[in-house]
Order: sequence, then structure tokens, then C-alpha cells
Amino acid sequence: MTIFEISKEGRIGFQLPDNNIKDFEINLPEHLLRKSLPRLPQVSEVDVVRHYTNLSTKNYSVDVGFYPLGSCTMKYNPKVNEKVASFEEFSMIHPFQPHETVQGALKLMYDLKEMLCEITGMDDMTLIPSAGAHGELTGMLISRAYHLSRGDTKRTKVIVPDSAHGTNPASARMAGFDVIELKSGPDGRVDLNELEKVLDETVAVIMLTNPNTLGLFEKDILKIAQMAHEKGALLYYDGANLNAILGRTRPGDMGFDIVHLNLHKTFSTPHGMGGPGSGPVGVKKHLAKFLPIPEIVKTEDKYTLNYNKPESIGFIRSYFGNFSVMVRAYTYIKTMGKDGLKRVGEMAVLNANYLRVKVSKIMDIAYPGICMHEFVSTCEKLTKETGVKALDIAKRLLDYGIHAPTMYFPLIVHEDFMIEPTETESKDTLDKFAQILEKIFNEARENPELIKGAPYNTPVRRLDDVSASRKPVFKYNFEE
Amino acid sequence: MHRYIPHTEEEIKEMLKEIGINSIEDLYMDVPKTIEEYNLENGKDEFSVLKEIKSLSKLNKVFEPEKVFAGAGIYFHYIPTVVETLSNNQNFVTAYTPYQAEVSQGTLQALFEYQTMMCELTGMDVANSSMYDGATALAEAMLMAVRINNKTKILAAGSINPEFLATSKTYCTPQNIEIETVKWTESGTIDLEDLKSKIDDNTSAVVVGYPNFFGIVEDLKQIKEILPDNVVYIVVSEPIALSILEAPGKFGADIVVGEGQSLGITPNYGGPGIGFFTTLAKHVRKMPGRIIGETKDVDGKKGYVMILQTREQHIRRAKATSNICSNHALMALKNAIYMSVIGPEGLRKVARMSYNATHYLAEKLVEKGYNLTFNGPFFNEFVFNAGENYYEKWKTMANEGILGPLPLEKAMPNFKNSALACCTEVNTKESIDELLKHF
Ligand SMILES: Cc1ncc(COP(=O)(O)O)c(C=O)c1O
Repeated sequence: MTIFEISKEGRIGFQLPDNNIKDFEINLPEHLLRKSLPRLPQVSEVDVVRHYTNLSTKNYSVDVGFYPLGSCTMKYNPKVNEKVASFEEFSMIHPFQPHETVQGALKLMYDLKEMLCEITGMDDMTLIPSAGAHGELTGMLISRAYHLSRGDTKRTKVIVPDSAHGTNPASARMAGFDVIELKSGPDGRVDLNELEKVLDETVAVIMLTNPNTLGLFEKDILKIAQMAHEKGALLYYDGANLNAILGRTRPGDMGFDIVHLNLHKTFSTPHGMGGPGSGPVGVKKHLAKFLPIPEIVKTEDKYTLNYNKPESIGFIRSYFGNFSVMVRAYTYIKTMGKDGLKRVGEMAVLNANYLRVKVSKIMDIAYPGICMHEFVSTCEKLTKETGVKALDIAKRLLDYGIHAPTMYFPLIVHEDFMIEPTETESKDTLDKFAQILEKIFNEARENPELIKGAPYNTPVRRLDDVSASRKPVFKYNFEE
Repeated sequence: MHRYIPHTEEEIKEMLKEIGINSIEDLYMDVPKTIEEYNLENGKDEFSVLKEIKSLSKLNKVFEPEKVFAGAGIYFHYIPTVVETLSNNQNFVTAYTPYQAEVSQGTLQALFEYQTMMCELTGMDVANSSMYDGATALAEAMLMAVRINNKTKILAAGSINPEFLATSKTYCTPQNIEIETVKWTESGTIDLEDLKSKIDDNTSAVVVGYPNFFGIVEDLKQIKEILPDNVVYIVVSEPIALSILEAPGKFGADIVVGEGQSLGITPNYGGPGIGFFTTLAKHVRKMPGRIIGETKDVDGKKGYVMILQTREQHIRRAKATSNICSNHALMALKNAIYMSVIGPEGLRKVARMSYNATHYLAEKLVEKGYNLTFNGPFFNEFVFNAGENYYEKWKTMANEGILGPLPLEKAMPNFKNSALACCTEVNTKESIDELLKHF
């Protein structure tokens, strides 16, 4: 039932106090006064509580179970982070309070920036971008500003591998660049010969994820950085996969000029049904002046905000970014420390490889050999044999109480699962996942129709998304 | 051992054996080791972390909500307890984008209901399930306008929130879209003559605030009357105001955007809030962001899924309508819970009380000889001349526990000694009288 169907004319869920002020006449032209109230629900507090609590039971979440969604790093979200973010001193401050009254917030942001610079090997950073893709756009705008500042106007292209996340080409395009798609080599990595062919003086940036979205480390990265820089292009790091290399290597040390991080992945701030995130962008010294405004400045133990940066790309959103997400990431880094972060990287990679070996007994691994924090497997053979597709297996996994891995991404592998267990899962969980997967494959061979009809045990069964897009229903129909 | 990482030494050994390697080190054969360890502290127990961050948080000053008279896009309102309680449900908080719709009906239905509520407020056909904030929502609205009519000049009222305008400029410049600002009149509304003179064949969109950054309510009808048919009409609005202002959809708006923080979200030092984005059904394929739609499952049972994904970056890549992927879905949930619990009458009462408090403050300031800068109709904010050295006075007031009307000079250098005052339903007569003692 929707909240609109629960609604009853005249019911209320909240009472407002009296502010002891007389009613003023509303001095607006008649046509600007609202005639009929918006049809918001009219419900009691208990209605609201039951409605949303019931909805919550129809959600799968990290707190419910294993969520091996590749590229999304669905690790456990520590509860202490939530508690800290809810401190009134963080949640109830206005962005335009005098700086003297928000020294704690400014110091937290400044220190977080410093810690993230250390973790990425970058010289400076902005915390303002509000998600990974927003960070990518910011990074692309910085690249544009950098080339233009040198009078280099011919750099109109950005090179993006075909295995990259869709946000990469979209962000490059939003910043006004043309996108050159780079075909991956047979080993799933950047093909240096292909790169050589497209890399010329019109290239502004090469955008890479390393480890890439196939879970493979670009082992030629130092060579790629050299090639980019020799041609005057910048090297951009999509840091969504930073989890894998924590404590071992840093994008800045590998030759990257710009990096964005997804705090909601590596730094364990919850994904919140798809946001809010936070996508800080770090740069090497020569790009610092282009970072967006405002910047946080530390002067003799006082923190302020500086809006006066003539070469900055300007504002990329209002205020200073998703502060309460930053509070969570800060708490996480303080909790983990240098020792814990290193352990995160190691156990994330160990888990992925252990699961890869287990899964390889059931499905083919698209690129065999050691992987980083995730790997891509394919059920193409099973599909040929039985007609059961990756999508069907995914739906059957839901029946067994497990969230399905990422499917059909990257686009260059067919009938694939991209599996990322993260470091917070135990060996027992991974064993159980492999067992269930095997069971489903056996079911598929014995009775393919069973799998094609899955799921059976979920709040709704398989949904028709084709007609949902063909004849879209955008909102509740009150006339029904 | 670490409390978030479950591996025992014994298990690690077994796992390495299964992989067929001898040590963790062997997993990194492709990776150059560039650091031995970070220059950071070691990890800490929960007690120590809490203690350390609590003392850091104490360096922030929290004002009593009724003593906050600053708005400018972020507002203090009463937030019913259930909004926090319900939206903190970890089944919402620790879920991701609803890629597996069958086990994400909670997220999907909540967002579908949120979309419905935003359509009701704005009078539009379709809402997406959120943008990062009001500023990026406006920036993307401008990009969308250009996709609709392929023209490249945007005329924006100079009275739009300056950070929204600046953000839009950052988004538009690389795409060779030019934003020209339109003057305001003595009443604080858009100068229709100036607007008329600037509209030409290359004009893609016209942007106005409702209310605008000065708190002034624009006459959407008058503005629409002078717009050529193919010019996209973008309205930036404040959702609480929309419970007493006629919906922009009634005046022919094509896109209505704004910041939704006032609907049940704490100020959070400015983030996260939420950008809302609504438009007409005919423009939906040009719209950025994620949209949730209603459908049926194989048994004919009603359910919800993400729809029209062929506009989105994960499918269209460089040709997508926007790069937005993670949005502010959890904030959309907070908005939906807030609107559910407060209801239509409640929302109108919030607006009415805010209006009264603001007009009471304005009336008293005028009695004391202060001048309002504009004489147009205002909702819950207004600009006034606060006198010499107002910036110093503002800081003094802060020391005494009052976050006074915002000095405008920093954001808008032409407004020397001016302040932007704001009241909502949380400000009482007593707190306003206390503020007035400083004037
Ligand atoms: C590799 C990669 N890059 C970029 C992104 C975009 O991040 P966000 O969704 O926060 O915009 C993601 C996640 O969605 C990702 O997995």
C-alpha cells in the first residue's frame, strides 16, 4: 500500500507550537496564492512509523547480509560513525555561521583533507564534490582549466578505456571534451599499442581506474604515466577502487595528477540507497590553484574559508560539500589508522582471490590469475547449455537471501558477474556464497525453467521493467 | 585482529592455501610497493575515538534554533522526531542503488512516493529521485534546456542564489553556454523590460526565483506572458513556500528545481541536503537523474523499478543526459517522511508561521527606522539596510548566542551594510524581540 492510500482526510501526524505572533495578511497578488493544497498524505504518527518500517523490511542492505556488488565496495558501515555524525555540534550548524563559531567543523575538514592527501599521495585536495561522478566532473574541469591556462587550446579529447565506469565518459563529456574509447587488451588491461595510436597533442586527459573495473592492476602504469606526460596530457585516477591498494601504493606515487575518492566506498560511509556520497578530489601541486572554491585555510591555529582564488574552476555546488559524510569518513580513518587501513587492503584482496578460486570451480573467470579486490566471472557456457542467463542466476541468489553481484558490467564481458566481497566478510560467508552458487548452477542444469522463473521468495517477484519504461508511470495516480 | 575485519590467523592460512600462494605479499605481484606505511596514527578503540571527536565537536557553537535568523538556502525548521528515527533505519541507510528491484522495494516505493509529493508541490508531471543540491539541480536544468531547444543563451535573474548561479556558470561554460543575468527592479523582482530586451533567437531558457534569493516572490504569470513559446521556463523554488504559493506548474513552468533541505533535513553545515528536480512529461527523456516508475511483477502484483535508464550514464556513457550516478536518495527519503508526517495543513502552517514571524521582524525593524531594500512581496526572508559596521555587530551578536541576519556584502559586494533576514516557525516572538534589542 502507498502512503497515499493510507491517508484519511483530516488526520494529522504532527502538531506545531504557537509562536505568539499575530497573523499578517498575505500581500500577494491573488493569482499567486495557492488555491488547493498539495495532496500530501494525511496520516497519524503511528501510520507513518508503520509505513516506513514496513517498507524497510522490503530492502536488502549490508546490515542484512552479503552484498558482493562489484565496483560498489559494499563493506560494513560502522555504527559509531553514525553516532558521531548525529552530534548536534555537527548536524545543527549553519553554513554561514561566523568562522570563529565553527572551528571544529573547519578543523575536521582540514585534517580529513590532510589525511586523504597522505593516503593518495597528492599535494592538495577539495572535499566539496558530492559523489564520485561529481568528483570526476571536478577533475575534468580542473584539467580543462590547466590546459587553457597554458594557452593550450587544442586539447579537446579524453581517453577512457572501454572497461571504465559509465560516469567516466559522461563526466568528460560534461566538461566539454570528446571521448576516445580505448579498447582493452586481451589481458583486460590497457593495450599500450592502442594507447600509442590515439595519444597525441590533442589529448587532455587519460582517465584510468587502477585496479581497473575488471579487478586487474594496470601493471604498466608507470609507463602509461610517462607516455601521458611526454605528450602533455594529464593522468586521472578514478579512485572508486582504492580499497585494493590501501597501505601499499598511492595514485600520486604511480604518476597520477588528479584523483577522486568515493568516501562512500573505501571509507565506509553508508551508500544510503544510492546517496549521499562524497567524492573528494586530490591534485598534484601544479593543479592546486584550479581547485574549486571555497578552500579551507589554516592560519596560526585558526581555520577560515577562502573564496578568493582567481584561477579556480569556481563553485561546483553550494556550501562546502557533504559535511556529515566527511564526519563519518574522518571517524573511520581515526578508527582504522594506518595499520587498520593497510589491513583493509590486504583482506579485501585476500577475500576476492579466495572467492575467485572458489567460484572458478563453478563459473569461468573472465581474466584468470591473481585479481585485486574484485573479479569478473561469466556464465556464458551455462547460458549456451541451458538458456539460463546471468540475470536469472542473480534473481535466484535473491531467493537464497544473498544480494546478487553486479551484472553485465563492464560491458566488454558477456553474461558476467562482477564480484567484490570486501574485507568485512568472513571466510564462512564466502564459503556459503560459493556453496549456494554451485547449488543454483546444478538447479539450472536440472531444471532451467526453475531458475528462469526466480525469484520466488522476495516481496515481489520478477518485475516488468520493459513496459515500465515504455508506458512510464512517474507518480501515484490519485484518481485510481 | 580488527573489530570490523573478521579474519583469524588460522583462516588466513587456509585461504592462502586454497589460492595456492604462500603469503599475502604474493597477492601484490603486479603492484609496485611505494610506501611502507602511511604517515598517520594507528587505529584506536571506539571509546578513544568518541572522546577525541566529541572534544573536537565542542569547538563548534550550536545556536538555539529560535535564535537563528540566517537562511540563504539552509533553514532551521522543526523536524519531527520520527523523521530521524525512521530514516536512520539501517535497512535504508546501508542499502545501495536499487539494482535488484525485487529486494529493494522499500527504497523504490519510498522514492516513488517522494516523486509524487514533489510533483504535488510544484505542479509538475515528473520528478527525479534527487540531485546533489539546489545549485547542481539548477545547473543541470540549464543543460537540459539547451538539450530541449539547442539554443545556447540562458537569461537568469540576478536575484538567484549567488552560489546557484556560480555553480551553473561552472557547469555551462565548458559547453559554450552563456549565462546572462537580468536586472532586478526596486521591488526586488525581475526587471521585465531588461528581460524583454535580452531575449533573442538564441535564448534557450529564462530562470527566476520563487521566492528569489532576496525572499521576494516573483510574478510567474507576468514573466510567462513575455516569453516566446520555445524558451524553456525554469523556476527555482523553496518547497515550504509552495504550500502557500500557487504551483509553478500552473504558470507554464517547464522545469522547477530547488534545494529540499528545509523538508526535514538538519542543516549539517550545508550538506548533505538535496536538489529536487521536476519537469513536464514531454521533456522527460531530456531529464537528468534517476526516475522510479510503477510496474507489475509476473504475478500481477504492483511493484517499482528504475525506469528510462537508457538516458543514464551506465548505458549511454558519453551521450548520457548527465553523469549523475549516486544521488541523494536517503535525503529524498527524509523529505518524504517529513511531508508524510507534517501533512498538507501542517506544511501550510509551517509556511504561515514563517511568514508571520518574518513580517513581524520586518515591521519592527521599519518602526525602528531601518529601511527594507525592496518593496516587493516577500515570504520568509528580506533584505534590509542594517547600518554601518553591521558585520562587527553580527559577530558580537553571535557571541551572545544569536545568529543574526546574514551580512550580504560577502556574497554580493554591492550590498554594503545590508543583511538578509530570515525567520521560520521556530522563531518565537520572544526570540525576535531579543534580536531587536540589538537594533
Ligand atoms: C569505478 C567507479 N567510478 C565512478 C563511480 C561513480 O561514483 P558515484 O556513484 O558516487 O557518482 C562508481 C560508482 O558508482 C564506480 O564504481
